[in-house]
Amino acid sequence: MLTKTETNVQPAKWDEMESASVSFFGMAWKKLRKNKGAMIGGSILLFFILTSVFAPVLTHYPVNEMRYDETLKPPSREHWLGTDEFGRDIYTRILYGGRVSLLMGLVAVSIAGSVGVFLGVIAGYYRRLDLYIMQLMDILLAFPSLLMAIAIVAVLGVGLTNAMIAVAISVIPSFVRVVRGSVLAVREKEYIESARALGVRDWKIIVRHILPNIASPIIVLATLQFGVSILSAAALSFLGLGAQPPNPEWGALVFVGKSFLSQAWWMTLYPGLAIMLVVLGFNLLGDGLRDALDPRIK
Amino acid sequence: MPSYLLKRLLTMGITLIGVSLLVFMMLHLIPGDPVRYILGDFATPESIAELESRLGLDKPLPMQYLHYMAGVIQGDLGTSYVTGYAVMEEIANRFPITAQLAVYSILFGSIFGILIGIITAMKQNTILDQLVMVISLIGISAPSFWIALFLILLFAYHLGFFPISGYKGFYSLILPSITLGLGTAGNIARMTRSSMLEVIKQDYIRTAQAKGANLYRLIFQHSLQNAMIPVTTLIGLQFGALMAGAVVTETVFALPGMGSLIVSAIATRDIPTVQGLILFMAFLFIVVNLLVDLIYTKLDPRIRYE
Repeated sequence: MLTKTETNVQPAKWDEMESASVSFFGMAWKKLRKNKGAMIGGSILLFFILTSVFAPVLTHYPVNEMRYDETLKPPSREHWLGTDEFGRDIYTRILYGGRVSLLMGLVAVSIAGSVGVFLGVIAGYYRRLDLYIMQLMDILLAFPSLLMAIAIVAVLGVGLTNAMIAVAISVIPSFVRVVRGSVLAVREKEYIESARALGVRDWKIIVRHILPNIASPIIVLATLQFGVSILSAAALSFLGLGAQPPNPEWGALVFVGKSFLSQAWWMTLYPGLAIMLVVLGFNLLGDGLRDALDPRIK
Repeated sequence: MPSYLLKRLLTMGITLIGVSLLVFMMLHLIPGDPVRYILGDFATPESIAELESRLGLDKPLPMQYLHYMAGVIQGDLGTSYVTGYAVMEEIANRFPITAQLAVYSILFGSIFGILIGIITAMKQNTILDQLVMVISLIGISAPSFWIALFLILLFAYHLGFFPISGYKGFYSLILPSITLGLGTAGNIARMTRSSMLEVIKQDYIRTAQAKGANLYRLIFQHSLQNAMIPVTTLIGLQFGALMAGAVVTETVFALPGMGSLIVSAIATRDIPTVQGLILFMAFLFIVVNLLVDLIYTKLDPRIRYE
């Protein structure tokens, strides 16, 4: 009997192991789908992404065309969200502005994410570098993030690209902290020790075993930081340090609108509403992802 | 405890030196010559040389840094290129307004946030709970400058309750404090709710409830103090966000605080002022974080710093 049982024990096959890893994300997706907030957040984001991409199809007004006979017109059938001081259609400018604002968030999070993950992994995996990297991060964290972005713009100069870089740099420390913490937790696991004992190279361990296991907190943080970055970029534009008019970036639209607030509230209301909805979308989705990707939450 | 405090003060010193070095290096990398900016396009080489020597800009960068730091230790943050006043004097003039704004915003945000957090935790999963949580999430997601503009439009422009802009005493700080405190309130409400829910589930609360203890008494005598530990951290962390938020809020409301000064100093490339302000704000942020850590021990006697 004993021999029979022994022969029945088979090593796990690769596709079974793969399907186990798929089922983790499959389960997470199932949990996410049940989360109303995350679904609302995701829908808001999908709506803004689609309207930005298909902006030319959704409006027949050119984004920068000035019509002096139609200045400061309130919302109407011709101009759904009104016009600005040059007679430009606000709805059109918000559609095109979405491209800039969403791109700013994407670029900032991509830069911050790449640099942050790299530094975080190095700090967590190679303990002798940990002290130096974390001391540098402590120095960067001594600046409130928007203040740091402002200081960086002071150095690089005012403008859209510089604002993007500034926001990205200001977000890096939060990525480093989260990634380092996750790497520290994973690196002591037995499978990592086994890989090391087998002589697997460090970069292979990092890429094959550590990164896939710390993906969840990175995904959650990137989603939440996307919203924060859009908000920071908008604040920089509002202070006149980021995107410059006539760029239809949403923060820059609010910046222009504030001078006409008492005569044309629509110039300020709608771009601000767009910022709020997109940030809300990222916050809802981020919260949902956190719950869905946390194996402790059932 | 004293050894922990000493260790923290030492790390704080290292961080501050790092911050000063970073800010100094960054601002000296700025393209464009500040001397030329001050004297204009028609400056003579003599006047340029004279001003460079007066500002110490003719010395090598490490010497300039050491000279600057020697001043900082004595409370001298340099002289503004634009106004000619000492930066420390400018900060001393503007600090009270930013400090008042920060304190009122924290007070508004904490009181409002904690109250909402408690109510929603007690009414968990009701429509009220969900509605309030959605509103607080909207409060976190909305840009503060946008909220500020509509508060001004409604309460200052149309209703005339408050001055539209500028500093005219306590009244002129009410709208800015609400603007700045809303995001804080949203964050604190969410944190209070989740930590209250966690505490309410603990065995000792369930036991006390089973023994017939009054729920409200339980909340205020037992749960709240324990639930306040993570909330205190958040309030401390919010201080940094508030300082950054003050930059935007002060600009919208035209308040003569440190935040609006930094924006105008960047616009005029007034390096000593930008440098001094950033250093000062980072110092405040680090000190507040240290204080928050120390308050922990008072709130939770289980936490001991060695």
